[in-house]
Amino acid sequence: MKIILKDVKIVHPQQEEIKEKTNLLIVDGVISKIGKLEKEDNKDARVFELDGKVVTPGFFDMHVHLREPGREDEETVKTGSNSAANGGFTGIACMPNTEPAIDSAQVIELIKKEAAGHLVDVYPIAAATVGRHGELLSPMAELYESGAVGFSDDGVAVKTAGMLKRAFEYSSMYNLPVIEHCEDESLAGGAMNESINSTLLGLSPIPSVAEDIIVMRDILIAEYVKGKIHIAHISTKNAVDMVREAKKKGIKITAEVTPHHFTLTDDAVKTYDTNVKMNPPLRTRADVDAVITGLKDGTIDCIVSDHAPHSPEEKETEFEFAPNGIIGLETEIGLSLSELYHKKILTFEMIVEKFAVNPRKILNIPIPKIEAGQKANLTILDLDEVWTVDIDKFKSKSSNSPFDKKLLTGKALGVINNGKMFFNDEFIDI
Amino acid sequence: MPLSNRHLLGLQNVPKEDIQLILDTAITFREVLERPIKKVPTLQGKTVVNLFFENSTRTRISFELAEKRLSADSINFSASASSVSKGETLKDTMRNIEAMKVDMVVVRHSAAGTPYFLTQICKANIINAGDGIHEHPTQGLLDMYSIREKFGRIEGLKVCIVGDIAHSRVALSNIYGLKTMGAQVSVCGPSTMIPKFIEDLGVNVIYNIDEAIQENDVLNVLRIQLERKAREYFPSIREYAKYFGINEERLLKNGKDILILHPGPINRGVELSSAVADGMNQIILKQVTNGVAVRMAVLYLLGTLN
Repeated sequence: MKIILKDVKIVHPQQEEIKEKTNLLIVDGVISKIGKLEKEDNKDARVFELDGKVVTPGFFDMHVHLREPGREDEETVKTGSNSAANGGFTGIACMPNTEPAIDSAQVIELIKKEAAGHLVDVYPIAAATVGRHGELLSPMAELYESGAVGFSDDGVAVKTAGMLKRAFEYSSMYNLPVIEHCEDESLAGGAMNESINSTLLGLSPIPSVAEDIIVMRDILIAEYVKGKIHIAHISTKNAVDMVREAKKKGIKITAEVTPHHFTLTDDAVKTYDTNVKMNPPLRTRADVDAVITGLKDGTIDCIVSDHAPHSPEEKETEFEFAPNGIIGLETEIGLSLSELYHKKILTFEMIVEKFAVNPRKILNIPIPKIEAGQKANLTILDLDEVWTVDIDKFKSKSSNSPFDKKLLTGKALGVINNGKMFFNDEFIDI
Repeated sequence: MPLSNRHLLGLQNVPKEDIQLILDTAITFREVLERPIKKVPTLQGKTVVNLFFENSTRTRISFELAEKRLSADSINFSASASSVSKGETLKDTMRNIEAMKVDMVVVRHSAAGTPYFLTQICKANIINAGDGIHEHPTQGLLDMYSIREKFGRIEGLKVCIVGDIAHSRVALSNIYGLKTMGAQVSVCGPSTMIPKFIEDLGVNVIYNIDEAIQENDVLNVLRIQLERKAREYFPSIREYAKYFGINEERLLKNGKDILILHPGPINRGVELSSAVADGMNQIILKQVTNGVAVRMAVLYLLGTLN
């Protein structure tokens, strides 16, 4: 099938800029021509009049919880992939805290099987240790061979410094990163960030130093063994400062942040809304400002959702008993464009780097090119559309989002990948 | 003039006029409690459920008695703290109880914010009888009632809350209420038991118990909650009693007539010596009686709002 994306602006940070509006001819899922189209090109083609909308390499979210296997009532590989497509993503990496954990080739095979044939590419991140228990190394070689793109005990940090050192050493044979959820067990375990608000609300506190101390530990070990470390969902000022310094020293370190950590502070907890209970917890204004500075100066490489679906009955409960996390695939582009691009913190090129380029670099996944002859792997965006978040329209199986009814500026209109297009709320074979 | 809020979730942001109204109303009910027939028909036909998800004897009995003295129909519901894995969710429990047409809910729960959560899912008036380490507003009110009864005022008094401030729901309610009423509030305890940002509430922190005795008119001594993992926060009971416990020698040494409150139950020999717990300075049992009157006032004022 032939489709034409008419009058689009292509933005690709790694390619030469095309200033004027142009056209993309895509035949059977492959970019066939960019530029002025002939009469023949238009023949039998389905034309999408896009009038100045933006086309970028497909966006990629490297921190998603798909809940399959184990909690298919909350999300499956399929519903999570649909959610990603609706949110503007053509690729996601899924975290290993499933039941059982992604610590064997069989679980990876299951996920690959469920993901096969979808528009969205799903890349499993495997557990660094068996069962994420921190006691035995996971079979990293076999996991790598099956398709794992990184290792993490996400949900917790790799339990001991000794085990982390071995995880770095072993994973470095395959140049895969260890992705760390930085939280010291003995300092953590509370329900919200330690601040005046935790005192006022009577909620057990998680001090920011619980994150900082593991970031420091991990940087030191990564430096010592020349390991490749990626800091997941960074949330504190000290952590951002430490990553910045580590980068200056040439340590192989990267970091990601979620939209909720650059848009909300722990003031949001004041109504005991369990949809603002997450781990790491929402922090203070100073932390949010530091994270934004980190995004701007390149300390923070990518934006991720930490998409964490939970059932309503689990979330509609006492704050202390509610599980951590919110879904985010379908709001993160809107939040990033509203809060970072439109507020002139990041240029749109920088947004594309953080969503499409850097996550793939970290996970050694090729970055889609927008050139004739290349497979079409694209995200189409309207940077200025004003829209209201409506969780009832989400493709995710869950609806635990604090951003329902929020007014946002800028959204993904559709995605193209694997010979499929998602546009106007439907999947089309192209 | 009625109360400004139809729930009593805590004393944070409760205006002075409301506290004044509750304390004044309680005087009337305190008098009722001295009568041969200790019962008034005020809440006849109203149904109150005491929803206790956490063990409590005195608070539950105090509320139950207050409800009975006001002629309300009261039901007791006790359960261990709910969780999805253990069975019915709190939301379902609450909906079931609401379907039985209750007017007011008195709730005690180990999780902070639960009373607030209940206001979101049911229509009854909610009274917080203690939520986790957050607030225990009726305790704060009865403490203020007892202080006012003794001194005739609250404004200008110096009150120090002693003990495990970080794991106490009584402390926060006392701080809010006393400050609203114009008292000077300080806290005293081992630094591991003082919340990190407590000074932001306009509260002084004292680490020396003698200093606390010298500088204050009232000590509100909290129970060291041995069941709340408190033992991880100080080296030993012996050391706590030695450096933060209140005994006769300490009161004599500081030569001060000071009022001592305790929300009970007392750990004798830990935060209070037996001599002090039974001695001249304390009004611990009076607090218990006042508690019934104050809870009657709260139930009455909320129950007759609509």
